[in-house]
Amino acid sequence: MSSIDYQLSQLDLLEAESIHIMREVAAEFERPGLLFSGGKDSIVMLRLAEKAFWPAKIPFPLMHVDTGHNFDEVIEYRDRRAAELGARLIVASVEDAIAEGLVQDPTGPRASRNSIQTVPLLKGILDNKFDAVFGGARRDEEKARAKERVFSFRDEFGQWDPKAQRPELWSLYNGRHRPGEHIRIFPLSNWTELDIWQFVKREELELPSIYFAHKRPVFWRDNMLMAVTEVTPADEGAEVFEQMVRYRTVGDMTCTAAVESEADTLDKIIEDVAASRITERGATRADDRASEAAMEDRKREGYF
Amino acid sequence: MELLRLATAGSVDDGKSTLIGRLLYDSKSIFEDQLEAVERTSRDQGAEYTNLALLTDGLRAEREQGITIDVAYRYFATPKRKFIIADTPGHIQYTRNMVTGASTANLTMILVDARNGVIEQSRRHTFLSSLLRVPHVVMLVNKMDLVDYSEEAYQKIADDFRAFAAKLDIPDLTIIPVSALKGDNVVSRSENMPWYEGSSLLHHLENIHIGSDLNLIDVRFPVQYVVRPQSDAYHDYRGYAGTVAGGTIKVGDEIMVQPSGLTSRVVGIDLYGQELQEAHPPMSVSIRLADELDISRGDMLCRPHNHPRATQDLDAMIVWMQQGTRIQEGNRYIIKHTTRTAKTIVKDLQYRLDINDLHRDEKTTSLGLNEIGRVTLRITQPLFVDEYRRNRQTGSFILIDEVTGATVAAGMVVDTDI
Repeated sequence: MSSIDYQLSQLDLLEAESIHIMREVAAEFERPGLLFSGGKDSIVMLRLAEKAFWPAKIPFPLMHVDTGHNFDEVIEYRDRRAAELGARLIVASVEDAIAEGLVQDPTGPRASRNSIQTVPLLKGILDNKFDAVFGGARRDEEKARAKERVFSFRDEFGQWDPKAQRPELWSLYNGRHRPGEHIRIFPLSNWTELDIWQFVKREELELPSIYFAHKRPVFWRDNMLMAVTEVTPADEGAEVFEQMVRYRTVGDMTCTAAVESEADTLDKIIEDVAASRITERGATRADDRASEAAMEDRKREGYF
Repeated sequence: MELLRLATAGSVDDGKSTLIGRLLYDSKSIFEDQLEAVERTSRDQGAEYTNLALLTDGLRAEREQGITIDVAYRYFATPKRKFIIADTPGHIQYTRNMVTGASTANLTMILVDARNGVIEQSRRHTFLSSLLRVPHVVMLVNKMDLVDYSEEAYQKIADDFRAFAAKLDIPDLTIIPVSALKGDNVVSRSENMPWYEGSSLLHHLENIHIGSDLNLIDVRFPVQYVVRPQSDAYHDYRGYAGTVAGGTIKVGDEIMVQPSGLTSRVVGIDLYGQELQEAHPPMSVSIRLADELDISRGDMLCRPHNHPRATQDLDAMIVWMQQGTRIQEGNRYIIKHTTRTAKTIVKDLQYRLDINDLHRDEKTTSLGLNEIGRVTLRITQPLFVDEYRRNRQTGSFILIDEVTGATVAAGMVVDTDI
């Protein structure tokens, strides 16, 4: 018997692991929900969920935390994809949270709703009585995430305590929690950015158009290319110019930057990503630049 | 591309984080923004050279105290393989993290400081690696630059280590002299140690044969979830979803279901509309059977003449993982084994194993954090177990505290043929 025939490729292994995690959650939790933003990671996660339960429908609803500052292309994609799957889509809205007075809309020249997303996220979890919430975070993204478990315990305030994490052994996941507490589930923990793109290609997944190179007016802010939009007008004195760009991550417009790129096909993007010398969050996320531990601090508060 | 999972272990100052930083840096897996951040912090801390350890130590407390607190997972790829590193701290109080990292690893890297040789901590890590049945061990004699790249110094440590390792069950052992700081023998062969004729660490990691690490003989399929679409198109569809834990399952195979003992035949192996002819570990698939049997989560599909032992009594080695509590006879826990969850009571604590000299202390009455011992458990319902050395999936379990829900112990089934 040749052992080589029984060696799975890295994508097959990662897929098998993610499917295992998703089935474990469907079997052991009462009310799971899946965070779906229309970004590439959550698109991959959704396909894995389809695979895990085929030919049945995905046995849980989708939830999007909408800051109200999302790219139109992404929102359109989100709605269409949910409809195709016949999945229930819950929108936890930052604007609603602001209107209800749960949280204040940050103001000022570089105001971003990124950090206040935690409020509607936790409210959405509470309102829908979710006891497990799938997120598309990957450990290669950021060093605090590199230390988070696949099953990440959150207390009644949604907080992550990096020093009190449960050991996670073999493929035995512990989802025990008390009422009011919940578990964040990260089935893509072991995927890298390149794995995501290779999977998108292999599965022929459709992505929102802004992931592909396109021309748009931009300006430089802190060495990042920001799109000129309603919520991100060009900074005073900044030169606005047309540039071929694409997005490596898709988040709130106020804190997500584009990268210069001519890559308008998946193959070209995969080449781009493989050759890239800068992490996707480093290149494009203003929210992680606040401090060395910006992500850890937000996670402790209940962030994704 | 193949994927290799490795776990690292070392004492506080063995340079483990530096080594990982070096592997990432020299294989061009470190990104410029990460390096800039590390260089900036190194300068701020007054370091003379870039402290690559800062690449992996991300939490506030780690940076403040200059230590690694938790298992951190790192990723890098070469044209040959993708690697997942479980980077585990070496402090004595964090043994549980090493066990965690090793539980899924194909290979453990153990570091020793060439100036200090094999110390208690190195023996502890090696023992844990063998206890967790990690198939491959690489021992790195680090900081060779500080002993003038001396062959004699290396040889003495290597001999010491082989003598210790011989008492353990380590299927594959390799020893490499390196300097993580200077890069000797990490990615390419060092010119400073012409007497060393083996391969560099990265070359070894890229080429080590991992195909035979899995059990492809004994069919084991713990049923995880039953897929029943209840749609018009798939009205009668019933798929038993799970991850293959052992053996190769083919369409047409006769299978037996535990606990019922009923038999049937595999008529389909499904993965998202694809009909597979066979499945092997660790594939996640759905299996259809010829007969309508009553099968649910926690049941085990196996072969009529090759099945795990169904038992309510287990002998196991356990590692206690919780601070502030102890396990002793009469304690009750939740036990999670494959896809089955039950309750268990500790019938007997046979001995505590001193992992420094492998002495068995039979007078012990309890185990605390990071202590290892052999126990007998009585379980409320049968589990379908193999010896851990035969199958890491069907031979492992965790114990969970009934009240707090915390994972308190890792267990490995021994001697199932009592």
